[in-house]
Amino acid sequence: MSATTSTATGAAIVGVAESDLGVTNLSILTLQTQAITRALADAGLTLADVDGIATTGVSRFSATQVADHLGLEPRWTDSTFAGGSAYEMMVARATQAIESGQASTVVISFASNQRSAASRRLGGVTEDHTPEAQLETPYDPLFPLSYYAMAAQQYLHRFGGTHEQLAEIAVAAREWALLNPAAYRYRAGSLTAADVTSSRLVSSPLTVADCCLVTDGGGAVVLTSLERARDLAKPAVRVLGYGERTTNTSMTAVRDLTSTGAVGSGADAFARAGVTPSDVDVLEVYDSFTITAALSIEALGFCGRGEVLDFIAGGRIRPGGSLPLDTAGGGLSYCHPGQYGVLLLVEAVRQVRGEAGARQVPDAEIAVAHGTGGILSTHATVVLGADR
Amino acid sequence: MTDQPQHLPDVPAADDLTAPWWDATREHRLTVQRCDGCAAVQHPPRAVCLACGTLGGLSQVDVSGAGEVDSFTVVHRGPRPDLATPYTIARVRLAEGPILLTRIHPHQEVAIDDPVEVAWWDLPDGRALPVFRPLNRTNTTP
Repeated sequence: MSATTSTATGAAIVGVAESDLGVTNLSILTLQTQAITRALADAGLTLADVDGIATTGVSRFSATQVADHLGLEPRWTDSTFAGGSAYEMMVARATQAIESGQASTVVISFASNQRSAASRRLGGVTEDHTPEAQLETPYDPLFPLSYYAMAAQQYLHRFGGTHEQLAEIAVAAREWALLNPAAYRYRAGSLTAADVTSSRLVSSPLTVADCCLVTDGGGAVVLTSLERARDLAKPAVRVLGYGERTTNTSMTAVRDLTSTGAVGSGADAFARAGVTPSDVDVLEVYDSFTITAALSIEALGFCGRGEVLDFIAGGRIRPGGSLPLDTAGGGLSYCHPGQYGVLLLVEAVRQVRGEAGARQVPDAEIAVAHGTGGILSTHATVVLGADR
Repeated sequence: MTDQPQHLPDVPAADDLTAPWWDATREHRLTVQRCDGCAAVQHPPRAVCLACGTLGGLSQVDVSGAGEVDSFTVVHRGPRPDLATPYTIARVRLAEGPILLTRIHPHQEVAIDDPVEVAWWDLPDGRALPVFRPLNRTNTTP
């Protein structure tokens, strides 16, 4: 369908790139610099063009840190710390900054060396002054895994699905990764549902194969006005719409574990874009765990309540299927540097540009990137479209 | 009373919001916060009633200690090296409404909607951590 709608925003993504991925033995700032300078080169721009920086995961003052490191004094920054959905939120903020004239060229970036640095902790990071540190951490839930595991348990119980059905998320992600030379599991061969369910249990019902990779990596996207975008190196990819919801930090605030903030973020984003889920050619959703992607597909409205496990069966989300999902191979089989959301945007843009090589979805014009952060805490949806 | 785990967690000190809740645990009383104005209950304790917005008249009131398993997960790989696995993490819906994160103790298989009741792990500083044991009609636990 035509991506040109009356409600679309006045901003576009004009450059995208990954940093080195996998096991890099590089610092966070080196990986950030790689991602940012490569994304600018992709757009035909340089650091001197950048007057807006949005990033997180570097230090307490993340955007400030990156600005200093790159010798920039930006007119606009954003360090929204919302886990893996932050980068989809930043697209909304950057679009508004560009539309209002506060910034003209914004780089959104993230990088992590968590694999090389062995900095990931099964129990997560606890801040002693929070209610959760007193009331939840003492019970030793894995963080964030145990919360997602409880959501999976509740979903399978209420709607009568099986773990084998849920495993399709990981099976399909692997099929996509086999088409992506940059994927961590590019040469790992296919995965079966039985492989997933018989892998080592970590937090039931989820096994290690239901969980995303732990790798280094990062990415960056460059935004500018649609008008200027049309003069740059690559075809502009328009920001058609965005929406977000923030729901909880505790494991007890949300009464229904099976219905997430993606219901609201998706509805807002689709309404702003003037499109519906049936118009979407490529869907990039955060797959920190198999259940994360399943809950998001349903909440975004691609299927009805309680239907997602039947919906994803039969190859629908695999290469050649009618709803190509996580086409780079996802956090499950491509790359997961901790806050994967920026890489959802990178892949969505490549698909809309037609640059995705062996995994390219034919004639992809509308792509959705949907990030999830924390323990189903933050949800942000971006609708992107070809400039036609 | 409850056979406690060998390695109890370090629990941060109470603050102004949580001190009344922790103080009650010293007497093995489980409480939730209640608004004198509108009678709504909530947990964790807050400086505002989420139901009516009042800032005053919030106090801790005893609950029955009865609840149901809202969901659960059996953890097979602990976040601390001294932690015995497997163990069961659960969300328990109290009969009075609020949901707690907790442990099922002693560790055993549970199912969603199973009835449970509060039990206590005594912490070295005199506070106690509420855990829950299944009310298993056919297999009574000691």
